[in-house]
Amino acid sequence: MTLTTLLLLAAALIGIGIYGALSQQSFVMLMMGLELILNGVMLAAVAFWAFSGAGAPEGQLLTIIVMAVMAIEMAMGFALVVAVFRGKQADMTESLTGLKH
Amino acid sequence: MNHGIGIDITFLSLATLAVVTGWRVFRTDSMVRASFFLLVSFIAVGVIMILLAAEYLGVAMFFMMAVEMTVMALFMVMFMMNAAGLNPMNMVHQERIAIGAGIVGFLVLGAMALLAAFPDQPVSADLEPVRSLGNEMLGDSMLIFESAGIVLLTTMIGVVVLSSHRGRYGAAAVGSLPPGLEPGGDPAGKLEEDEEEESGGHQHHHHH
Repeated sequence: MTLTTLLLLAAALIGIGIYGALSQQSFVMLMMGLELILNGVMLAAVAFWAFSGAGAPEGQLLTIIVMAVMAIEMAMGFALVVAVFRGKQADMTESLTGLKH
Repeated sequence: MNHGIGIDITFLSLATLAVVTGWRVFRTDSMVRASFFLLVSFIAVGVIMILLAAEYLGVAMFFMMAVEMTVMALFMVMFMMNAAGLNPMNMVHQERIAIGAGIVGFLVLGAMALLAAFPDQPVSADLEPVRSLGNEMLGDSMLIFESAGIVLLTTMIGVVVLSSHRGRYGAAAVGSLPPGLEPGGDPAGKLEEDEEEESGGHQHHHHH
């Protein structure tokens, strides 16, 4: 377990997340891709904190902030899914062709 | 940071688990299973964080992700036509571009991990990670921490506004059609006079 292997793992998670966020048609699956990206980001932040940052507390704080971003992304995503479903009876990205109500 | 071979083996198996389950998220037919695969991936990363001495963050990850993925599975059951994965399913668009972007992202970040020279300053053995994090959150970085709280509150308000049935300007579902009971059939539960009223336009007010 070195900084390099940890960062490689984070890069793999981010890569899979990019694939998911770009390829999935369902909103919830798309959000899963975004979550995987943030998962990799958090792992990289903790890895840097542990191996490169000499345990500076700001490193852990960054991870807490990413967690908050994740919670916000989930909540807003689900609210949008509900709003879109109410308007279009669908949860596919293709069914949204504009931002008109 | 000195550690034994046991930690290395644990890390390798957890890393494999995280990547494989992360990949399975987008390869399984069942949406509910996909959210639990994602949960496993997150828990593996949480355990790695605990191995890295960030106990608080690892445990916070368990709790947060367990709740989040359960909510996600509930949403899958509510909105997806194929939540249980009884039919084969592959709902993707622009897949080649997406695969390419994912591989390029991995290669660029991986090259940075391999080629860049990062300072070698491991956590000192006498550091108490949880205590230092608490001191930071309620000390020097309190403004950042509190701002995150305010943003979360704003999110809650925005989420209620977005997902509420009725807004200030009337029902949220005005103009939308429920799906038909049979393919191509009439919308279910929709009264005919509603449609006439809609064709009158939204600009002028009705005085009944």
